[in-house]
Amino acid sequence: MFLSSLIIAPLITCVIILFCRGLKQVRIISLAGAIVQMILAFIFLIQYWKERSSGNTSAMLFESDHTWFAALNIHYHIGIDGISLAMILLTAFVVIAGVLVSWTMEKLSKEFFFLLLFLSVGAYGFFISLDLFTLFFFLEVAVIPKFLLIGIWGSGKKEYSAMKLALMLMGGSALVFVGLAGLYFNTANGNGAHTFDLLQIAQMHIPANVQKIFFPFAFVGFGIFTALFPFHTWVPDGHSSAPTAASMFLAGISMKLGGYGCLRVATFLMPDAAHAYAPVIILLATIAIIYGAFATMMQTDLKYINAYSSVSHCGFVLLGIGMLTRTSINGAVLQMVSHGLMTALFFAAIGMIYSRTHTRLVAQLGGLLKVTPFISTVFVIAGLCSLGLPGLSGFVAEMTVFMGSWQNPDKLYRLATILACASIVVTAVYILRAAGKTVMGPLSNAYDKLTDATWNEKIAAGLLIVAIVIIGVAPFLLYDLVKPGTELIMNKILILK
Amino acid sequence: MNYSIIALIPLLPLATFILLGLFGRKYFQTSGGIIATVALLASAIISLYVTYHYFFIDGKVNGTYRHITALNYTWLEFSPGISIDMGILIDPISMMMIVVVTFISLMVHIFSLGYMKGEDRFSTYFAFLSLFTFSMLGLVLSTNIFQLYIFWELVGLSSFLLIGYYFYKPSAVAASKKAFIVTRFADLGFLIGILMLGFHAQTLDISTLIQNLTNHQSPQFIGITTASFLGVSLLTWGLSLVFIGGAGKSAMFPLHIWLPDAMEGPTPVSALIHAATMVVAGVYLIARLFPVYALSAPQVLEIIMSVGAVSALIAAIIACTQTDIKRVLAYSTMSQIGYMMLALGVSKYGGEDGLGYIGSMFHLFTHAFFKSLLFLGAGAVIHFIHSNEMKDMGGLRKLMPLTHITFLIACLAIAGIPPFAGFFSKEEILLAAFRANKFIYGIALFTAGLTSFYMFRLYFSIFWNKPSTENKTGHHGEGTWSMKIPLVVLAVCSLLAGLVPFANYITSDGAVLNATNNIMFSIVPVAVSLGGILLSAYLYKKENDKPVRAAALFGTFYKAAHKKFYIDEMYLFVTQRILFNLIARPAAWVDKNIVDGFMNLTATTTGKVSESIKAMQSGRLQSYAIYFFGGVIAMAALFIYWWK
Amino acid sequence: MNTIPLTHILFVSTALFFIGMYGLFTRRNIITMLMSIELILNSVNINFIAFNKYLHPANLDGVFFTIFIIAIAAAEAAVAIAIIINLYRNHKSIDIEDAAEMKY
Repeated sequence: MFLSSLIIAPLITCVIILFCRGLKQVRIISLAGAIVQMILAFIFLIQYWKERSSGNTSAMLFESDHTWFAALNIHYHIGIDGISLAMILLTAFVVIAGVLVSWTMEKLSKEFFFLLLFLSVGAYGFFISLDLFTLFFFLEVAVIPKFLLIGIWGSGKKEYSAMKLALMLMGGSALVFVGLAGLYFNTANGNGAHTFDLLQIAQMHIPANVQKIFFPFAFVGFGIFTALFPFHTWVPDGHSSAPTAASMFLAGISMKLGGYGCLRVATFLMPDAAHAYAPVIILLATIAIIYGAFATMMQTDLKYINAYSSVSHCGFVLLGIGMLTRTSINGAVLQMVSHGLMTALFFAAIGMIYSRTHTRLVAQLGGLLKVTPFISTVFVIAGLCSLGLPGLSGFVAEMTVFMGSWQNPDKLYRLATILACASIVVTAVYILRAAGKTVMGPLSNAYDKLTDATWNEKIAAGLLIVAIVIIGVAPFLLYDLVKPGTELIMNKILILK
Repeated sequence: MNYSIIALIPLLPLATFILLGLFGRKYFQTSGGIIATVALLASAIISLYVTYHYFFIDGKVNGTYRHITALNYTWLEFSPGISIDMGILIDPISMMMIVVVTFISLMVHIFSLGYMKGEDRFSTYFAFLSLFTFSMLGLVLSTNIFQLYIFWELVGLSSFLLIGYYFYKPSAVAASKKAFIVTRFADLGFLIGILMLGFHAQTLDISTLIQNLTNHQSPQFIGITTASFLGVSLLTWGLSLVFIGGAGKSAMFPLHIWLPDAMEGPTPVSALIHAATMVVAGVYLIARLFPVYALSAPQVLEIIMSVGAVSALIAAIIACTQTDIKRVLAYSTMSQIGYMMLALGVSKYGGEDGLGYIGSMFHLFTHAFFKSLLFLGAGAVIHFIHSNEMKDMGGLRKLMPLTHITFLIACLAIAGIPPFAGFFSKEEILLAAFRANKFIYGIALFTAGLTSFYMFRLYFSIFWNKPSTENKTGHHGEGTWSMKIPLVVLAVCSLLAGLVPFANYITSDGAVLNATNNIMFSIVPVAVSLGGILLSAYLYKKENDKPVRAAALFGTFYKAAHKKFYIDEMYLFVTQRILFNLIARPAAWVDKNIVDGFMNLTATTTGKVSESIKAMQSGRLQSYAIYFFGGVIAMAALFIYWWK
Repeated sequence: MNTIPLTHILFVSTALFFIGMYGLFTRRNIITMLMSIELILNSVNINFIAFNKYLHPANLDGVFFTIFIIAIAAAEAAVAIAIIINLYRNHKSIDIEDAAEMKY
């Protein structure tokens, strides 16, 4: 299988966009590109199932390996397993929805769509890379467009937010690079040849004291991307200033880069250190979960509400990783996918509301269910998914994390689990407050002429809802996909235990 | 018989929900109600058939009703042995529950066809009702405790949606939020309880869980009893937490505050969800795990008993003082569910000792009929008067003859007057309480008296009290056929349901028991109930000032009861003052000013430092040359003197 | 004939160097600065010649270097004057203070 097509397809789309004129051409090309990505993702899914069911048990499928820079032994090495495939599917869904909600982006449309698709190049490249250097390369590719998207098309104090986001993420990348370089220079197996190859490093045993030095760099670096407390403050400002599609990308894809990196690079390659630092990770994750949830309660802007709730929800990802049991790591991956879809849906709904009412302040909204039933329903569904309602993906993910966390018999860890569970009540409080004020209640006169969603918004929301419901109703589909991948990681962790 | 046909019972309402939810507004705006009703009729017929089959043909083996797992699919496997399965469990209580749920739901559907006619979101209403029916059926048929939790949350959701059906009314929004959040808080207990029990029992399957935890030699039982937290074993913790979940859903003190407010929903919804089915889910949950409670943790049963008794008493007292007829009924529901909990609490496992269990289930069964009848009757009255307040009513017996008769039957049933349904079930509970604990028996008896007092207070205030000519609002008749049929059917059920020889079918251990009614024992409770009726007839039959004087007699106590003992205010204090002001506000402040402040400080410090040193970049060639030269000198000095 | 000691010559060249240095740092006129640079270069030339003469009279390396430096100084002066002319066209001045665009 030609896995590089996942990178090449959006790149070609980007190039074609450069030769387009006007919004109409650009958006058609972007949509076509997004659809191609989606089709490719599903082709890989089908091929993946075929390979697995025909008994292929190798860790990574569709591998290909080319030397990129021989002097430093950097390779272009790609391949996917269930976890990366789940992330690729997530990206494909979010990209297509993001393109659809930006359908009427008049301002500098060519540049806007170019950056959106360019961001997806970085995301796909990151998820399929098996070489730490190319992984880092694509991580950086995914950072730059965000800065421009927020700085140019954003709202509110956009320059500040864009700068803050870019600086903090760059800081995260710098830490990641230290971690990766640390790994690289400790991979000498006698003959002095260092390697960046993820699978080869996984076969080696990096000395525990070295791991303990470089694990924090890699984990915190990736953690900044996924809103690790206390480095989460770019999340609220960045998300709320970004244009709708960029918020969706940011929360739906970009924060997952961090979670994936924490799992795939930090935890997988440095299991000893992961054990050693587990209490710290769990402490920070628990704080993020509880404190994020309470901070959300006081927010008045819908985007801030969702952004802070993302901090809380991403805490579940880190909690799952920190607990280091099979189930909890599965839960962390499920939570990444679920949160990506849900939060993208949430931002899409907020964007639709904002584009009609020109306000995101909860206090100024009310009774939208009467005039915009579709958008309001989308909003409520996103909210319900966020508060973990069965039948939607959030429930499955959270319960898996809780169940997995409980399997860790340490008493303090269980206390952390109980606290994390308690956050679902707080989540219910803020979600219902937001929904109760926004879509329910009396309708203000100013809004009684609003129009409901247009076809592109309906498709965008519909796609995300379908994905959320499928995961919620048939979680075994995603679970079976992810399991072999987490198994690989867990085997390494448990052997060393 | 192949029981997998049972799957159709919940799936039909689910199909209706999906159909009406997706396309209702466009294509089924008026026909949605009929579609939902027909689908539910099919469900009800199947469930009656299956239940008949189970109880009378092949359910019984050697005089004991067996548990059948009709279907079981692994839904989500966490780790070997611990998985969420979706299945269908057939045993006496689940069979009883599916009949109750489908039957009451059907009645409510039919009633709603008339009651909700002309509503803006008519089809959406039926979609939500179908969702509720599906979830409730899924709940009662669950084989797996996590499956039960899933449907438990879904009934909570449908309750939320239906209470908030009139979404443009701020009070309805507030009530729906309150209902969801309070039950969600209780569900947290349930969830943690599941985690504890499931982890230590090494299964989430209910039957296996019961086996593992009632066998006192099993390693799982030893594991969970030796593990402890704060000196109490995890088994006790787990079961108590599960009970908290049940108490939240069943509106037990002190988690009952959502139920009276939930009356903001349409009245048929109150009849279905907040009277007959969803609120008894807590009782059902305890009954489902009853062997574990009774055999392994009797101390938790004592908690349940006390909570049930306190709830029954407090709710009855508050009900005497409320003036909104739906709120009276809501508190009455809470009181009756308190009865059921109390009955479970005094019960033991097996045979005659399990009388409380039988009584509880029996009361659940009969209560569903007469309480939904009361609510539907109240709905008919509200539909007629357009008000919930007692003072707007009175003298309606001539204007609404059918409603009057059926309401009277329901009142007699709940008051426990023979031969109405409530008499038989209440007798069993009282007898069980009498055998177990005299004090609790006293409370239960007093509550029974109060019950008949406030029910007849309601009855007289609506239908007597004022001369019938005063209400001239009768611009339309009593209601359409679709509102009358359910009243009649339920009235018949309220008359006859008590004659079912319940102990023959449902007992704590499944073994058939032939209990007989003890006539001599019944004299006292019946006399107390009659006393309550007479008192309310004395006070409320004619319009007079006796009730006011009676209220003045109790003074502050009356006022406290009228204000629901200020429990709502206490909650408000805790949530608004403590949670919001002391936790959430500081958290948001800390985040904005300290955590983010630190990040900004790093940025501004960097900025300031560079601001202060940027003057060095003057653009003047000569100063650069001086720096350069100075540097050369310094390095030369370094190399000459310090570099050896 | 009394030979002049090496130290005398070195003294002259050092003085020349620091005079040049002083001129380079203090003059604002670019032409003067260029002249100061010439002084510095010539002080180096003197050093080369002197060391060649006093330490290695058999070799001619110092002389060669001096000739190179003179050639390079001539080239450098040509380039510098071209720059100065351009600077003057842009700024109407050859004051170094006026050419301070390259600051923060």
